[in-house]
Amino acid sequence: MIGSTLRRVTPQLLILGVVLLMNLAVFPGFFTIEFQNGRLFGNLIDVLNRGAPVALLSIGMTLVIATKGIDLSVGAVMAIAGAVAASVVTGGAGWFTALLAALAAGLLCGLWNGILVAIFRVQPIVATLVLMVAGRGIAQLITEGKIMTFLNEGLIHLGAGTVAGVPTPILIWLAMGTLVTLIVRHTALGMLIESIGVNETASRLAGINSRVLLVTVYLVSGFCAALAGVIVAADIKGADANNAGLWMELDAILAVVIGGNSLLGGRFSIVASLLGALIIQSVNSVILLSGMPPEFNLVIKALIIIVILVIQSPTVKHALYLLRASAGSAVPDAKEMGRNAPSAKETRP
Amino acid sequence: MTDQKKPVLRAAGIDKFFAGAIALDQVDLTLFPGEVHALLGENGAGKSTLIKCITGAYHRDGGTIRLGDTEIDPRGPEESQALGIGTVYQEVNLLQNMTVADNLFLGWQPMRAGMVDRRQMNRRAQDILAEYGLHVDPSLLLSSYSIAIQQVVAIARAVELSGKVLILDEPTASLDRDEIDLLFSVVRELTARGMAVVFITHFLDQVFEIADRATVLRNGRVVGTRKLAEVTQGDIVELMLGRHLEAAKRDRSHATPGDTILSLKGYGKRGMIEPFDLELRAGEVVGLAGLLGSGRTETCKVVFGAVTADQGSAELRGKEIRLTSPRGAVEHRFGLCPEDRKIDGIVGDLSVRENIVLSLQARQGWTRPLSRARINELVDEYVRLLDIRLASPDMPIRLLSGGNQQKALLARWLATNPDVLILDEPTRGIDVGAHAEIIELIEGLREQGMALIVASSEMEELVAYSTRVMVLRDRRQVRELTGDEITTDRIVKAISQEETAA
Amino acid sequence: MMRSPRLPLYITLATFLLAYAICASQYPSMLSTRVIANLLTDNAFLGITAVGMTFVILSGGIDLSVGSVIAFSGVFLAVILRDTSIHPLVAFALLLGITIAFGAAIGSIIHYLEMPPFIVTLAGMFLMRGLAYVLSTDSVPITHEFYDTLQGIYWKAPSGGRFRLIGGIMILCYVVAMLVLHRTRFGQNVYALGGNAATARLMGVPIARTTIGIYAIAGGLAGLAGIVYSIYTSAGYSLSTVGVELDAIAAVVIGGTLLTGGSGFVAGTFLGILIMGLIQTYIVFDGTLSSWWTKIVIGGLLFAFIMLQKALGWATTTRRRPALEFATRS
Repeated sequence: MIGSTLRRVTPQLLILGVVLLMNLAVFPGFFTIEFQNGRLFGNLIDVLNRGAPVALLSIGMTLVIATKGIDLSVGAVMAIAGAVAASVVTGGAGWFTALLAALAAGLLCGLWNGILVAIFRVQPIVATLVLMVAGRGIAQLITEGKIMTFLNEGLIHLGAGTVAGVPTPILIWLAMGTLVTLIVRHTALGMLIESIGVNETASRLAGINSRVLLVTVYLVSGFCAALAGVIVAADIKGADANNAGLWMELDAILAVVIGGNSLLGGRFSIVASLLGALIIQSVNSVILLSGMPPEFNLVIKALIIIVILVIQSPTVKHALYLLRASAGSAVPDAKEMGRNAPSAKETRP
Repeated sequence: MTDQKKPVLRAAGIDKFFAGAIALDQVDLTLFPGEVHALLGENGAGKSTLIKCITGAYHRDGGTIRLGDTEIDPRGPEESQALGIGTVYQEVNLLQNMTVADNLFLGWQPMRAGMVDRRQMNRRAQDILAEYGLHVDPSLLLSSYSIAIQQVVAIARAVELSGKVLILDEPTASLDRDEIDLLFSVVRELTARGMAVVFITHFLDQVFEIADRATVLRNGRVVGTRKLAEVTQGDIVELMLGRHLEAAKRDRSHATPGDTILSLKGYGKRGMIEPFDLELRAGEVVGLAGLLGSGRTETCKVVFGAVTADQGSAELRGKEIRLTSPRGAVEHRFGLCPEDRKIDGIVGDLSVRENIVLSLQARQGWTRPLSRARINELVDEYVRLLDIRLASPDMPIRLLSGGNQQKALLARWLATNPDVLILDEPTRGIDVGAHAEIIELIEGLREQGMALIVASSEMEELVAYSTRVMVLRDRRQVRELTGDEITTDRIVKAISQEETAA
Repeated sequence: MMRSPRLPLYITLATFLLAYAICASQYPSMLSTRVIANLLTDNAFLGITAVGMTFVILSGGIDLSVGSVIAFSGVFLAVILRDTSIHPLVAFALLLGITIAFGAAIGSIIHYLEMPPFIVTLAGMFLMRGLAYVLSTDSVPITHEFYDTLQGIYWKAPSGGRFRLIGGIMILCYVVAMLVLHRTRFGQNVYALGGNAATARLMGVPIARTTIGIYAIAGGLAGLAGIVYSIYTSAGYSLSTVGVELDAIAAVVIGGTLLTGGSGFVAGTFLGILIMGLIQTYIVFDGTLSSWWTKIVIGGLLFAFIMLQKALGWATTTRRRPALEFATRS
């Protein structure tokens, strides 16, 4: 199990390694981790800490994408969750109540998306667009357009505090990642999700309840987005309905894609998506540390994405296969054979 | 033969190979002006491959095509269309979101001053369709008209753009009787103008009604071209299905069937399958016989609940049940191996292991995963029992051969220990060895007391394992054969309706 | 039972008239030409963007890069006019060249690499926003006198409303787009592609040329929207027009165009823009309502139109007209 996971995420580990080494090249002290004032400090810790929201989003997004869907609303859901948490604590309740309220709001958003996709059969990109547009307005409605600040220590701790010296956000995303991975891999959930992502018709005919599963993945996505929203709000001690989670849905989708998960659904790896999120954060870090003007950040990110997407595109994959086949140097592996060989007649092995 | 006329199209010695397998072997097809030529054969006989080779959708591996006096080599449907060969498919290849006139004129719209002249386009569309006896408003969306009218529009477009040969690929599959009459009057109009029409269908009545000659394909070869005035339906069915293997007489003294498991009364679904009765007992195989489109697959789907029946009642072991979804059926211990293995059966990217346990796991629910050991035990058991040949159970199922995929699907259902197992064309597209194994398996399961419904287009096969055979025709159950009545002869006769239904 | 393809358009029109009637009944001054003129001027850049988006969505695609292209265009113009002495018209031509080429490149990637438009234009969005940052992170004012001339062009309606040049450009875009979509073979091919790409290919539609053309048009119109925006604001700022792609998509959908492609009208998009502008104007007039209601109402409208389209889709697939009432047997 661990061995196969390692094999699966090797490319992501390699890319992450390269990006981290680039960090080291531009900033020799990159790997230094210090323990000061009861807290771990260091650039590596920053990467893990700053990457928390995208990492959390990528967990839910991985499951959604595995079902051939997409969730564009997670950024807006973050804003809603942050706003709910802030308004609950400013209303005098405790941090835990606030957290629960925010998570409930996230689940509600997920339920909305899930119902549109699974029951009304609206395409996911269209269905989640509604909440993407309206969600931020709802968040502003809750905060009444202001940045709603709060001083509740418990809530702030979720974003800015530490537990045993480790920043809380790191622990939250690690815990969430582990929990969801354990749930999907130690129950049949993961297999059933992959099954409906690969072939929903066949899965339904095999007796799988695809509606419930579809709603479930959007619920998980909403839940993860809510957690991320609370962390972001806690970090700045306020809910900023306008900017919290802005465009983060795109980073999350990117993390999933960099994690080697196909946008066409099917096989997925949450670990790989989390590594994808860390790769994105490390790229941000290397741009920052290199002293390159931060304005290059987006261009570089865009170029990296384009390269990764081109490599993953079916046409390029096919061309590479043909190239190898015609060169005759390498025997194409079984996977490629199966994908490209005409399917009219197959021979028994 | 109509030798006095010059053929409009002559395809000779067409060969086509797929990955080493022969799809077409020296196929000849000659079309004379003014004739309707039926192209017949069971699924996989090579009809559509032949059409695709002629229209250039496939690159043929051998043979020549002459259109009139010139040899042609179209590289795609557009080129063959420009040369004069138009094709209309069953699933109308027109755009539902555009108007009738748009569809008729897409790509060659009448222009005035650099702009599409819509008024002229609509007027001309109206005129063209009027020639076919159709008076519709061409400025309305295509989707607001029935499939029959859409077919006529597609034919009109093909005729306007080509005009020598028209290929109709199963045009009547989703039409009712009046619509078929409309279509046929259009076809007669065209042949009167001297066009040659190729008519592909599974409905023999229609063949005899409209076609002049028929060419029958089997396993990629032409087994005969007949003038329809000189033959009977039974002759054609025999040509299509062949009786090369005179099935060895099997011992039919099966153990007496057990208790009634499933009882369907007046069960049916409007537009798919007429109401039918079915009693299924333990240790029984009910074969469903009929040509393609006769309602075999529809019967399987309705019984499994993949399509919800809108009339009749179902009783399982004497208790009334309602089958509204595959999920419900699986809970009642039903299983269905669908006809289209690739689309409805396998989950291609998942491993063989996962595909085998899928239904059992779905029935248990996601919270109660099968243990690793139990999965391995199941997979090992069925891989051995069914002799599934694979490199590893962890390989994606899409890499297996057709026969092994089919066995894995059977394993998926056997693992759920079903009471009623429905197999739709379990031996289609698989090699001879696996074929025999699957037939043996069906008999084995029956002996163990399972109740099976098996739909198949292969007569010998049905004769071999069925305890009863339901013969279907035009989406209706027309005859039930039992005991010694089950012979290929009787089935063929029932299908071609030479015997009045009992 | 018989569905006209124009039905969603009529619903949009009715929505607009109803909204306008409600606005006017509460604030009669909203009937003034001044308000109407401002509606056109304020939404000119969004309206032009939405024209391009209509082409893309009709063809079954989506373009997330337009907001970034507008921001890039503004910064590009501001920087080039600040640092060089070339005439703005030359700069405009240059910019349109760049954005059309950018769109064509996006279209080529989508077609030749068979990648989903959503993800390709997402990368394009990052790229153009990034290039805007690289050019300048600050807001760069535009002080060229030619801009003053452009801003000075208006037609003053008798009752005081000033119809400015940029509103006129937008309306011109809609007129041209209507002609292109409905009266040229290219336009018909856009609908064909959105209806069913595989069928369109069988019917002889040049898929590659059409796809690339569509995204080039969207890119070019986003560039034009950028020019209009720079005239509107007299500045270029890389952080401006964030999320305009969403507004444009919303306008297209509220305008009755099917998000899955193949059905819709550019005139509907114009109404969609007016409805969205009207909501904003109403909120400004009201004074007590907060701006976020705009987003919520637009989201609600989006939802309503998506569900409406679903319902119409069901209605047409289940009810077809029988053949026989139209046939005369010979």
